[in-house]
Amino acid sequence: MTDVTLDKSPVDEAPVPTTGPLRQPRLPNWAPYGIGALSVALGCGIGLVAGLESRIQWGLIAAALYVVVTFALTTTVEGSRQARDRLATSLVWVSFLLAVVPLFSLIWETVARGSKVLDGTFVSHSMNGVITLQPGGGAYHALVGTLEQIGLASLIAAPIGLLTAIYLVEYGTGKLSKAITFFVDVMTGIPSIVAGLFVLAFWIIYLDMGYSGFAGAMSLAILMMPIVVRSTEEMLKLVPNELREASLALGVPKWRTILKVVLPTAIGGITTGVMLAVARIAGETAPILLLVFGSASINTNPFDGAQSSLPYYVYEQWKLGNEASYDRAWGGALLLIAFVMALNLLARGIAAWKAPKSGR
Amino acid sequence: MSIDSAPDTAAPPPAPAGKAATKQNLRPGDRVFLGLARGSGITLLVIMAAIAVFLTWQATKALTENEGNFLTTFEWDPNAEPPVFGIAVLAFGTVVSSVIAMVLAVPISIGIALFISHYAPRRVATPMAYVVDLLAAVPSIVYGLWGALFLVPHLTGLYEWMDAYLGWTGVFEYNGGAARSLFTAGILLAIMILPVVTNVSREVFKQSPKMHEEAALALGATRWEVIRISVLPFGRSGVISASMLGLGRALGETMAVATVLSPSFMIETSLLDPGGGTFAQNIAASFKEASPAGIGREALIASGLVLFVITLLVNGLARLIIARRKEYSGANA
Repeated sequence: MTDVTLDKSPVDEAPVPTTGPLRQPRLPNWAPYGIGALSVALGCGIGLVAGLESRIQWGLIAAALYVVVTFALTTTVEGSRQARDRLATSLVWVSFLLAVVPLFSLIWETVARGSKVLDGTFVSHSMNGVITLQPGGGAYHALVGTLEQIGLASLIAAPIGLLTAIYLVEYGTGKLSKAITFFVDVMTGIPSIVAGLFVLAFWIIYLDMGYSGFAGAMSLAILMMPIVVRSTEEMLKLVPNELREASLALGVPKWRTILKVVLPTAIGGITTGVMLAVARIAGETAPILLLVFGSASINTNPFDGAQSSLPYYVYEQWKLGNEASYDRAWGGALLLIAFVMALNLLARGIAAWKAPKSGR
Repeated sequence: MSIDSAPDTAAPPPAPAGKAATKQNLRPGDRVFLGLARGSGITLLVIMAAIAVFLTWQATKALTENEGNFLTTFEWDPNAEPPVFGIAVLAFGTVVSSVIAMVLAVPISIGIALFISHYAPRRVATPMAYVVDLLAAVPSIVYGLWGALFLVPHLTGLYEWMDAYLGWTGVFEYNGGAARSLFTAGILLAIMILPVVTNVSREVFKQSPKMHEEAALALGATRWEVIRISVLPFGRSGVISASMLGLGRALGETMAVATVLSPSFMIETSLLDPGGGTFAQNIAASFKEASPAGIGREALIASGLVLFVITLLVNGLARLIIARRKEYSGANA
């Protein structure tokens, strides 16, 4: 109580001298937009006058102008602290635009160029007997190959990944689970080409097997396992312990508790994780290049002989290096992106749909 | 109270009997299931061990026959008599392209992450985060195709410009021709790792303590000052590990580099001139010529082993930083 009076006295003794205006001068709200429009116009103008062909340069000039003009203007009007704030804001916006432009260009190019060739014939015909210089042919063989390879890879990786995650969450204490956790992390970082080289060394060189879709599927499974383990682990950890305890208290064996209580609760998230992992491996090219070898004709048997796959098809057609094959490459790329995106959206859809039930 | 004490008195032995007793009391179903689960975990470990063993074994086969110095030879001719190959050019190209990618991608990623977590209005931020997530899923071969057919022709102008203003450094000299150089590979890799680095950084920035931010705001800090004094210090280790994860991805990226780079077994002083190579790109490009008769494939496996070890180190370091951070934030929570 004495503190209050003590605190009050200095305020009374020293009234704050208000010399300057209370409000700092501010730029109007529309200033960023104005400067933006101005610098875009200037960037295009400088680009046109200087005769720079590349739009990339125009954009970079405009971006640099925007940052500099904003900084200079704010420093003069609002002071240095505000100027630094505006500088950061404009840098953040510029970096956002710098990143968004190429990424949207990528999608746009693929859709625009890919849709030229993507039709019923493209998805129902192989490249067998097609002269590469001419338009025609399709990616049916690659589509079949991709579906079989990722199907096989999922058959190998999903159960192992799932059970490993169950071990880590439900049983794992001690050194073994620590080692597994660490090596799952390590495995996530394996470059796809190294996984391919391993299967090459083991399956093709050591066991002397031929190139086949199955060899590719094995390397894809290696890439898929850690992703499945990670996502399943996260999902299992979200299942509330009360559910497990309730089930165990009723005398249900632990394995039935896991199968009938824990897994059904987390099934939405687990499905999402597995599908995202599938989407991830569907686009892998490098192991396919080493292990499946590529083929122009339809081979529906993944256990014998060379196959193709969508990503490999894109690479192969790009490598042929003529306009017709470039078109086919874009068509394949569009098909691949559509496939991967569909899987992603479906997975997220399931996640959103199942989310309220997962006990949270 | 009486209900609690009843089971205690009825069954005193199980608790002190410990692990040995519970193991024997397992029901058959439980035993099978535990065996399956543990077996899968062990399978994973076995696979990792097998990767290391088989790569090393095949690599030594190639290395014993190599007549050149594996580390310093500027040549890749494992099918010749005698076989000569070395990874000097590949190591240089891999490191340089990945470093370029990091230098370009990390600041921009931090920018986007801050944009999504702190700057953008919510209406923009949520779909933006979603789009970045989806872009992380775009297959690398599509980036490669786009890089080769769209990015490369559009970069010549920029390179002439860099040659005119920065050519004096010697590093940015450009002598015309297609822009299929290490720098182009670096730019493409930067675009590819952007979503990865952004996603992780964004998650970290979002977790930064609201109280710190509000405290800073209450003291009259501008938005940038809030970020500088409360968000960035909190997220520093997260950003570092995100960049390391991106680096790991860039080091091992195959198809994007293979499509964009026109390889040669020379180290160019200028980054803008075509030439050079990376581990993964060389494996993809030389594989079809590597005949099963010679040691071509084994030589590629040897270079793959080096790549494997490098990515292991980088990823291990990233995970270590994340793990340390987890402990730290756990103590704070």
